[in-house]
Amino acid sequence: MNPVNYLYLAALLFTIGATGVLVRRNAIVLFMCVELMLNASNLALVTFSRLHGNLDGQIIAFFTMVVAAAEVVVGLAIIVSVFRTRHSASVDDTNLMKL
Amino acid sequence: MSSFPLLTVAAALPAVGAVLTAALPAATSAKRRDINKTLPLGISVLTLVLAAVVAIRFKPGGARYQMTEHHSWISDFGIGYSLGVDGIAVVLILLTAVLVPVVMLASWHDADPVANDAGTFERNRRTQGFFALILAVEAMVVLSFEATDVFLFYVFFEAMLIPMYFLIGGFGDRTVGEDARQRSYAAVKFLLYNLLGGLIMLAAVIGLYVITAKQGIGTDGHGTFDLSTITQALASGKLHFSPVAEKALFLGFMFAFAVKAPLWPLHTWLPNAMGEATPGVAVLITAVVDKVGTYAMLRFCLQLFPDASKTFGPAILVLSLIGIIYGALLAVGQKDIKRLIAYASISHFGFIIMGIFAMTSQGQAGATLYMVNHGISTAALLLVAGFLMSRRGSRLIADYGGVQKVAPVLAGTFMIGGLATLSLPGLAPFVSEFLVLVGTFTRYPAIGIVATIGIVLAALYVLVLYQRTMTGPVKPEVSGFRDLHARELVVVTPLIALLLFLGVYPKPVSDIVNPAVRDTMSDVHRTDPAPAHPITAAQVAATNSQGGGQ
Amino acid sequence: MDNLIPVLVGLPLAGAAVLLLGGRRLDRFGHWLGVLASTASFGVGLVLFFDMLSRSTAQRPAFEHLFTWVPVAGFQAQVGFQLDQLSVVFVLLITGVGSLIHLYSVGYMAHDERRRRFFGYLNLFLAAMLLLVLADNYLLLYVGWEGVGLASYLLIGFWQHKPSAATAAKKAFLVNRVGDIGLSVAIMLMFSTFGTFAFGPVFGAAHTASQGTLTGIGLMLLLAACGKSAQVPLQSWLGDAMEGPTPVSALIHAATMVTAGVYLITRSSAVFNLAPTAQLATVCVGAVTLLFGAIVGCAKDDIKKALAGSTMSQIGYMVMAAGLGPIGYVFAIMHLVTHGFFKAGLFLGAGSVMHGMNDEVDMRRYGGLRKHMPLTFVTFGLGYLAIIGFPGLSGYFSKDKIIEAAFAHGGTEGWILGTAALVGAAVTAFYMTRVMLMTFFGEKRWQPDAEGHEPHPHESPSTMGIPMVVLAVGSVGAGALFAWNSSFVKWLTPVTGHDEGHSPLSSWTVSGITFAVIALGVLVAWTMYGRQPVQATPPVGSLLTRAARRDLLQDDFNHVVLVGGGQHLTRFLVYLDAKGFDGVVNGIAAAVGGTSGRMRKLQNGYVRSYALSMFGGALVLVATTLLMRAV
Repeated sequence: MNPVNYLYLAALLFTIGATGVLVRRNAIVLFMCVELMLNASNLALVTFSRLHGNLDGQIIAFFTMVVAAAEVVVGLAIIVSVFRTRHSASVDDTNLMKL
Repeated sequence: MSSFPLLTVAAALPAVGAVLTAALPAATSAKRRDINKTLPLGISVLTLVLAAVVAIRFKPGGARYQMTEHHSWISDFGIGYSLGVDGIAVVLILLTAVLVPVVMLASWHDADPVANDAGTFERNRRTQGFFALILAVEAMVVLSFEATDVFLFYVFFEAMLIPMYFLIGGFGDRTVGEDARQRSYAAVKFLLYNLLGGLIMLAAVIGLYVITAKQGIGTDGHGTFDLSTITQALASGKLHFSPVAEKALFLGFMFAFAVKAPLWPLHTWLPNAMGEATPGVAVLITAVVDKVGTYAMLRFCLQLFPDASKTFGPAILVLSLIGIIYGALLAVGQKDIKRLIAYASISHFGFIIMGIFAMTSQGQAGATLYMVNHGISTAALLLVAGFLMSRRGSRLIADYGGVQKVAPVLAGTFMIGGLATLSLPGLAPFVSEFLVLVGTFTRYPAIGIVATIGIVLAALYVLVLYQRTMTGPVKPEVSGFRDLHARELVVVTPLIALLLFLGVYPKPVSDIVNPAVRDTMSDVHRTDPAPAHPITAAQVAATNSQGGGQ
Repeated sequence: MDNLIPVLVGLPLAGAAVLLLGGRRLDRFGHWLGVLASTASFGVGLVLFFDMLSRSTAQRPAFEHLFTWVPVAGFQAQVGFQLDQLSVVFVLLITGVGSLIHLYSVGYMAHDERRRRFFGYLNLFLAAMLLLVLADNYLLLYVGWEGVGLASYLLIGFWQHKPSAATAAKKAFLVNRVGDIGLSVAIMLMFSTFGTFAFGPVFGAAHTASQGTLTGIGLMLLLAACGKSAQVPLQSWLGDAMEGPTPVSALIHAATMVTAGVYLITRSSAVFNLAPTAQLATVCVGAVTLLFGAIVGCAKDDIKKALAGSTMSQIGYMVMAAGLGPIGYVFAIMHLVTHGFFKAGLFLGAGSVMHGMNDEVDMRRYGGLRKHMPLTFVTFGLGYLAIIGFPGLSGYFSKDKIIEAAFAHGGTEGWILGTAALVGAAVTAFYMTRVMLMTFFGEKRWQPDAEGHEPHPHESPSTMGIPMVVLAVGSVGAGALFAWNSSFVKWLTPVTGHDEGHSPLSSWTVSGITFAVIALGVLVAWTMYGRQPVQATPPVGSLLTRAARRDLLQDDFNHVVLVGGGQHLTRFLVYLDAKGFDGVVNGIAAAVGGTSGRMRKLQNGYVRSYALSMFGGALVLVATTLLMRAV
């Protein structure tokens, strides 16, 4: 199968993720969309690694996974604590520091 | 000459004084407040002594810049801490040093705290802060007159805006029913207007550096900001501006100075600032700070960009001519004493700028003398007007009338200040105004003739002001006025004495100024227009024997 | 001896300084200090005069250089004095008449609480006027020129609590300033032409300059003279200047200061002689003014304003004579001196009348005063005879000579000028007779004032009487003294030059015609004001009379065109400055503020909108990169 198709898939996934980030308000959904974008770029990186025949892309993909995992830990903790205090997961309600 | 850094000390003294004054413990009683005010006054008097020493040690006809000091500051950009004075700077430093103690004494109670409902005063440093800020302005102004490094000058030129901003915005003329909104509007307008000019100048300063760096004027491939180095390189042809670059740089510098001076049509900040500030601060604005602008035209615009100065000279002359007439006409139409004086100042600044760009010895010497004389005469008029306004708490001309009857000394000093403002012969401003007119006339007759309309209009606004405030039946509100008391007399006496002395015998000042003017004239490669039919020695001899004059 | 010259100026200057700075403790004797300073100056003047008499003609001019005033490159202004035959005449007139009027003021101002200050101003005036006539260059002359203007301003407005006095003072100063433009420009022209403005060098080199330049200088000097000497078109201030105390009107606005213009023209004879156009303008100004002033003088009911019109007219004679060139200069100065005597005397007489009549100035409320004030009547009467040119008195010798010189000018011009001068003489006789008859003859017409005080006309104290007598003697004898053996002509000729000219009419013919027209003028006045009683309220009068009462509408013109126009202009400019220039500034500030306010809205705090702009930016970046690669 032509490796370029994987890139199309990655672009499609990224677009879905990006659209989700832009249009959704639920923090959990946003979070999942961000993950989707991260994984789309992971897919692209791995594909590039395959295309170029070296391991650089795969190594970066591992980095991304580690960062994403760390981010999920911190991010979910914040979302849960915000939900506990404000009983809402909507990002628009978190506006204490807004003028 | 010893290597004692006299110029640095003369500027550092008020700067240190400002810090000390601000650091004094806040006053708890009126007596302690007086002590807190005496310190800055003493320091300003000491500064005057130092300025006098500078003037005495200055040798007219000696080196162009004297008592020079050079230290490297930011060597990577060729910026040095270079000080030095020529004749023009000497007299302006002296003017500043004379006016600051006078202004302090005149503003003695202007920043006193107001009693609250309980009859007690809030204990704070506001009062001494006022005097500290005045000293800070003095330090900056003196340093700008002394700086012979373009960047160094720029730093102080801009830095003096900060204390001025607080003086205007923080200490309104409470005697005349201050309006905090008007005041902060005036202060912000002053700051933004001048900052804009300063920023454009900064661009030109950087441009100057880049050109000197490209042409290898400075050391080690850096450019330079040193004024003497640049002028010498210009004169020897080592440094050459392309015409476009020179014009652009000239306009960049000129814009900043024209805002500060102020030149029509960039004048609109002045009436607001002078109207809202206390009379003392208004004197600082028009008599001291603004002089840096006109001084800098003479010092930087002409020296650095002689060709562009010649190209734009006529255009600037026309603007200054418009300023003369326009300012005077607007002064006639004012209802507010301080705004009237502000517009009169705009008219006078027109004369100063006209003298500078007429490019004749008489014009430039006249412009320099004019800066000094305008400083003294405006200070006299404005401070006496301040005394008047403090008695009634209004700055509207219509609120006064018949003051002459109840306070003749006040009216008399006001009259002398007014007569100086309208350049009556025998008082100092006449000498400078006539020199400017003659200097302009010899090169541009038409402009010189039109400018003489200014002297009629000056008489109009001064006499109308005098008539409406001082003569006529005594208004009931005016009838209780006290005449000038001791402190106020101490303020006006030296100013009036100077006006009379410099009107009759201006030679001591003109002797200091003349060599500097000669140098500037040679920088711009200009000579005075020769008389069409010069007198020959034989004719003089013939007429003398016939019984003519000598 | 020459170093006494600065003392002439110094004495009254010191007097002024002491009187004005001395404060209240001088109130008791300050006025005598002023008189002393003035008479001492007169004494010094006499010493210098006799010293000059003792020298040969060539040695008479004396110079005294004091110090360098303003030295800037080619511009070298000196403070130096020049006392020649012309200046000494003025010095004696100024200090002599000045001292008399100082003395007179001691009595006249006795009840004024600010008398000390009045004498300070009078001394200041003397100093400035002496500086004016003693200066050896135009710039120093300018100082004196403005100095007398200042003194005049202060003295006209001496009673400042009266708004009319303050306004009149301001008007006088302003109109004079318009004239000063002329003097400034003339000095600038001289400097740019000759490189100097000292008398000697300028006059010596005048012939090298072009005709246009000389005409320019001449016209500018004429403008200056018009301002100071109240000549048309700058005459409007003199009538209002009568708001000042009467001694001031006598000294400044009759005898000395207003004649400064004549001095200026005569002093600059070297320039005027080479500029025929400027001379023509001068004679025209003089001729127009002498008629103008005379007509105004006929219609005024205020005694001082009538005399002011007369002053204007007489100075018109002088200016015309000075414009005639060498045939006229000497007679201009001679008339100036004799006029100084008789007009000062007339004003002092008028002051004496007002003093006795509770400061009433309206002649329609006088009448029959000759019985109550005999001394004033006699001295005033002698002055009256002198001014109308009664044979043998001062005015006869000086005015007839001017009329003669006008005819001698030659050509049509000469006839026109001569006729104008003759008409002027007739009108002078008319209005002076009118003043005389309305004041001293007829029935008494005074009434109690608003507070019920009936005036009790009485003779004035001797401090006022003596000066009037001395001036009356001068009015009678000065002319004959000057004319005797042509002494005055001989005295001034070395300075001004003199040319007899060729009159188409003989001297006796002119005298005869002049006498005839004067008699006619007197007769007409007598029929109108002597034979029939004077009405206490002014009749409506003809169109000309009504116009003349309003200074021939010149003030109305000024008021509408200059004052009204000026007010509209300044109001427009104030509006323009606030809305136009400041509007642009504030507009820019508002635009910046508005833009930033709108830009601020982009920072809405929603993360997704920031993210959107991030994506947008990234897209643009990528697109640009691709595009660049494609190109």
